[in-house]
Amino acid sequence: MSLAAPLLRSAPSTKAASRKPARPWPNWLVSWLQVGPLALVLLFMFVMPLIFVVVVSFFDYERVQIYPAFLLDNYAEIFTSAVTGRLYLKTLEYAAIVEAITLVLGFFVAYYLTFHVRTLRWRIILMLACTIPFFTSNVIRMISWIPFLGRNGILNDAVMATHLVNQPLDFLLFSDFAVILAYVHIFTLMMVAPIVNSMSKIDRSLIAAARDAGANEWMIVRDIILPLSKTGMALGSVLVLTQVMGDYYIVRVLSGGKSAGVVSGIATQLNAFEYPPAAASSVVLLVIVLALVIGIFSIVDVRKELAE
Amino acid sequence: MNAHSDPGVSGTPVPPAGYKDAPYDVELVAVSKSYAGTIAVDTISLRIPKASYCCLLGPSGCGKSTTLRMIAGHEPVSAGDILIGDRNVTDNPPIARGTSMMFQNYALFPHMSALDNVAYSLKVRGVPKDERRARAREFLDLVQMGQYAERPPALLSGGQQQRVALARALITRPRVLLLDEPLSALDPFLRERMRGELKRLQRELQISFVHVTHSQDEAMALADLVVVMEAGHIRQAAPARDIFEKPNTAFVARFIGGHNVVPGGNGSIAVRADRCRIGSSADQARLTGHVSSVEYLGALVRVGLIGDNGLEAAALISDRTFFAAPVEPGQAAALTWSDEDAHALAD
Repeated sequence: MSLAAPLLRSAPSTKAASRKPARPWPNWLVSWLQVGPLALVLLFMFVMPLIFVVVVSFFDYERVQIYPAFLLDNYAEIFTSAVTGRLYLKTLEYAAIVEAITLVLGFFVAYYLTFHVRTLRWRIILMLACTIPFFTSNVIRMISWIPFLGRNGILNDAVMATHLVNQPLDFLLFSDFAVILAYVHIFTLMMVAPIVNSMSKIDRSLIAAARDAGANEWMIVRDIILPLSKTGMALGSVLVLTQVMGDYYIVRVLSGGKSAGVVSGIATQLNAFEYPPAAASSVVLLVIVLALVIGIFSIVDVRKELAE
Repeated sequence: MNAHSDPGVSGTPVPPAGYKDAPYDVELVAVSKSYAGTIAVDTISLRIPKASYCCLLGPSGCGKSTTLRMIAGHEPVSAGDILIGDRNVTDNPPIARGTSMMFQNYALFPHMSALDNVAYSLKVRGVPKDERRARAREFLDLVQMGQYAERPPALLSGGQQQRVALARALITRPRVLLLDEPLSALDPFLRERMRGELKRLQRELQISFVHVTHSQDEAMALADLVVVMEAGHIRQAAPARDIFEKPNTAFVARFIGGHNVVPGGNGSIAVRADRCRIGSSADQARLTGHVSSVEYLGALVRVGLIGDNGLEAAALISDRTFFAAPVEPGQAAALTWSDEDAHALAD
């Protein structure tokens, strides 16, 4: 009786809780109210500006004025101008090189963190160590490369001290090398994090099973870990590619103005109040980035990763 | 079992020298395993005769899985030696032991088809694609999974996944197959069916199976050699019938089930529950008390009894005997048995 009594007493209240409360509003209205705020933010701060950019990209312009029109000239110029072509090529070149380096680097850093660091505590410590570069602002981070890589910088002094070279290395700063170094420095973490996420979902018994089948360390990486980390690699690649293709600050500071990407070109046009060609260039860049992202997602099914 | 007996299919790995002669497939010599101070397996020695079905039986945390992983080479030993056949493999990697392991959750590679899962160990040995696929198909046929060859594990049921895992473990033609709780993820019906198939495969292949389980039914049904483990020690290693008829300690008697452990003249004694009878307290009562439960099991009825001294015991009685003189929970009763059914325990 002493055991059964509380059960009996609680019975009516559970019955009441399971009964549906009457809603004052119809369901469809409740749903709209729930999604409404975010939908409005996205509409006014993302969709409308985007539409505006697309519309302006067809406009005519002259010195500081723009005229409503429907011209394809802005687009025609992008595809015919040799200068613009070079900007696109440069951006794609940076994107490809940085993607390749961060992918390889990110994969092995993630692999080491996930499979060779034994305790969770050290994994977290090392993962946080990867974020140390992000403790300072982007501007300081970029500018501090200059005294390090410069003609009379720390690195050159060190190299000179070894007497292996008898004059400072010029390619270190204000060069593609410096730009790519800075990109890799910042974006590798964006590759590492999603790959670590994928790898930590790999069941350890799969690796034991592969070892039992006779696979060595390299075969396990190639046959088990690499295929099962694809979604992380895809998500990381999307983050890195969109960041590199959207950058104009790093390329400006670290190439010393010698190099420029698509966004640098857009910035120059904006400074000159040439809004319609800048808008057209933005649209083309957006299409290219979207195509890349769609391409990546069509190779790798990331829904699985996001759903879990 | 055509795949195994077919002389046209060459075996991997190549049987080591002395393969035919060694009387034991597995020999553990004073093997210990400790992790950072705690001892998981404490100086155990065990010999598993050639081509036998051995079950490592014990409650969770008794060291049975650790022992299996040490035999497999997935866990280094802290001390002692492991012999497979007559070779000391203590320091060998899994591939150089002649063992193969089937994992608890099957550990099938989710991005590969059933066929590629089975063929994987041939792939790492550099067997050409067509040959390894043909061989994998034979092993899938062996476990009746031929028609599911192209499916990824996610599209297979638990029982089907297990068959694929079995084929994957057998394709290397191991001398010893190691199974870590192979049936625990299956539903009871499937479990009994797979149990029969495991035994059949072991007989046909004439290799040793070492099967880790916490289910005494499974061990009794399958094993030629039951190894009861507790707290890192082997408590008893004997054929199933010997274990059931002559458990050597109270732990073994309780763990194997079906026994009453009661105080005897000097030390405890074990009496099989099916050799006990329920009687009135008058005639040669051994344990008096009252009935605590009555469970109808079909052919048998299990009558639980709580002694006046607080001891719990049970009698397994045939349904005919029970219904001739039924008892109710709460009723005073006594347990009786004859002297020849009492078995003295070591502790």
